[in-house]
Amino acid sequence: MVDMTTRLTEDGGTTAVEVRGLVKHYGPTKALDGVDLDVRRGTVLGVLGPNGAGKTTLVRVLSTLVQPDAGTARVAGFDVLKQPRQLRRVIGLTGQYASVDEKLSGRENLYMIGRLLDLPAKAARARADELLERFSLTEAAKRPAMQYSGGMRRRLDLAASMIGHPAVLYLDEPTTGLDPRTRNEVWEEVQRMVADGATVLLTTQYMEEAEQLAHELTIIDRGRIIAGGKVAELKAKVGGRTLLIRPSRSSAAPAMVAAIAEAGLDGVAGARADDSGLVSVPILSDDQLTAVVGMLGGRGFGIAHIETHLPSLDEVFLAVTGEKASAPQDAQDAQDPGSSGHAADGAAGTDQKVEVSV
Amino acid sequence: MSAATATLTGAPAKAAGSEGRIGLRANMRHIGALARRNMLQIKQDPESMFDVLLMPVIFTLLFVYVFGGAVSGKGHQHDYVDYVVPGLMAMMGMNISMAVGTGINDDFQKGVMDRFRTMPIARSSVLIAKILVEVGRMVIAIGILLGMGFALGMNIGTDVPHLLMAIVLSLFFGASLMWIFILLGLTMKTAQAVQGVAMLVLMPLQFGSSIFAKPTTMPGWLESFTKFNPLSNLADASRALINGGAVAHSVWMVVAWSVGITVVTAPLAVARFRKRT
Repeated sequence: MVDMTTRLTEDGGTTAVEVRGLVKHYGPTKALDGVDLDVRRGTVLGVLGPNGAGKTTLVRVLSTLVQPDAGTARVAGFDVLKQPRQLRRVIGLTGQYASVDEKLSGRENLYMIGRLLDLPAKAARARADELLERFSLTEAAKRPAMQYSGGMRRRLDLAASMIGHPAVLYLDEPTTGLDPRTRNEVWEEVQRMVADGATVLLTTQYMEEAEQLAHELTIIDRGRIIAGGKVAELKAKVGGRTLLIRPSRSSAAPAMVAAIAEAGLDGVAGARADDSGLVSVPILSDDQLTAVVGMLGGRGFGIAHIETHLPSLDEVFLAVTGEKASAPQDAQDAQDPGSSGHAADGAAGTDQKVEVSV
Repeated sequence: MSAATATLTGAPAKAAGSEGRIGLRANMRHIGALARRNMLQIKQDPESMFDVLLMPVIFTLLFVYVFGGAVSGKGHQHDYVDYVVPGLMAMMGMNISMAVGTGINDDFQKGVMDRFRTMPIARSSVLIAKILVEVGRMVIAIGILLGMGFALGMNIGTDVPHLLMAIVLSLFFGASLMWIFILLGLTMKTAQAVQGVAMLVLMPLQFGSSIFAKPTTMPGWLESFTKFNPLSNLADASRALINGGAVAHSVWMVVAWSVGITVVTAPLAVARFRKRT
């Protein structure tokens, strides 16, 4: 494993994953239609896209499970087509469904993978225990994985991917189908891995997840990269959050909109009210949120409810491309065994509720 | 194809770009770890041993008491034991190897296969480990079958080494059949479909053979069919090895079938395993 680290350095590159012109067609479906991307060493690249955008196919090509029709992809300097065996030594993969043996206990799963990675029996056992501890699975270590909760399985899956200290980790929708609490646990683990120096390629349908974990973002749709850059840059493009305010009396909404426009708060513009009397204000920072709410309070407006709303994937698409996200292409998800059981819940945005009593 | 063969034998290939090849010793270790997985699965799911434990008992009782009288005459069922138990040995191997196909198919519905295929191990090792454990299951089934046979009065006309040879021959043939069923399991979409096709192929092979009745009592066309049916060859070989009689022809036929089946289907199965997405 030391070997591979030096290898990365020897290559002199800071690029851990390099993809150029990658194409993969399944019949008429263009799962990947000329994808270029780079993941810098030690960073997290978020690949954001709706169902069927080609995210899973990308991960499967990069982990040697699927051969591309055209283009090149190199991971830690190894070519996916020419050096698949070397490449498999430096990667770890966690899919949207747990790739562990359900009939085996957590410990036996990790021990088996350690042995398959050529660890001596003793070292494999020690590594298994170490990771069980780290992923808070020690208590459940002897139970078969089929008895684990969704979050425990996902953690076991992450642990399994970590055994060989992979230089590059693929996380394919790591939190799809998880409840918010478990999702946070998984996020924490990923953040720890990154702090430990892992390079991560993360696919997700959730803007919020990409924001939490990724340094850079690539937006993919119908097999093509449609936007990319630093998370902050993309967010600025999209326009940050939306602040939703429900006045105590809905008839006050127009007056509220007028007050916001008139107050001329720094960078706050474009407030409007809908028919139900809900006021929405695009905001870019917490300061703006505080200023708007403070100003309204100061002017004696009664507020029944406020919340902020991150742009949904749909809104990001709208902002980036000016068109709606494409309908899911089921064809390529069908290529993916096991995904059916964990159908993703669509390209929904994430609501971040910040309830404030005024 | 050559790549598949090299991986199968575990020989460190000297082909171009062999860097990263899996050495023989590492390959054995991987197979060991994977075989352990298969055994732990059985431990977790003891019901999966029911076929191995009960099939030999039920088949022996059924065939000896239902057909024994008809074939050897009422009251002479025990003569049929000597005839049918070596035949059932051939059938046992076939039935157990069929389960490998459904097992592999089932495995593929789960994500763990993806993990194996993204790991630096020879892809054949997953299949070989499965076959090893299944051969172990066959040994148990044959042991129970012979135990039943002896309990019902079966005699060994030869000696123990010949009996052991018959067992080894059944295992050898059974292992070669597993490659066919693995190939089926990897090709078809669902485990049920694998089972369906396997039954369609197996029924005529099993009954159109010398396993249960002497082919000389069958119509000419069927008798000719049984001569080329590898299950007949295996049943005849086992019978000759256990009861005594001319051994050479049928044994060589079985060896030829086994080697032929393995050489053709094993590389196909490994290639299919590699390609399956």
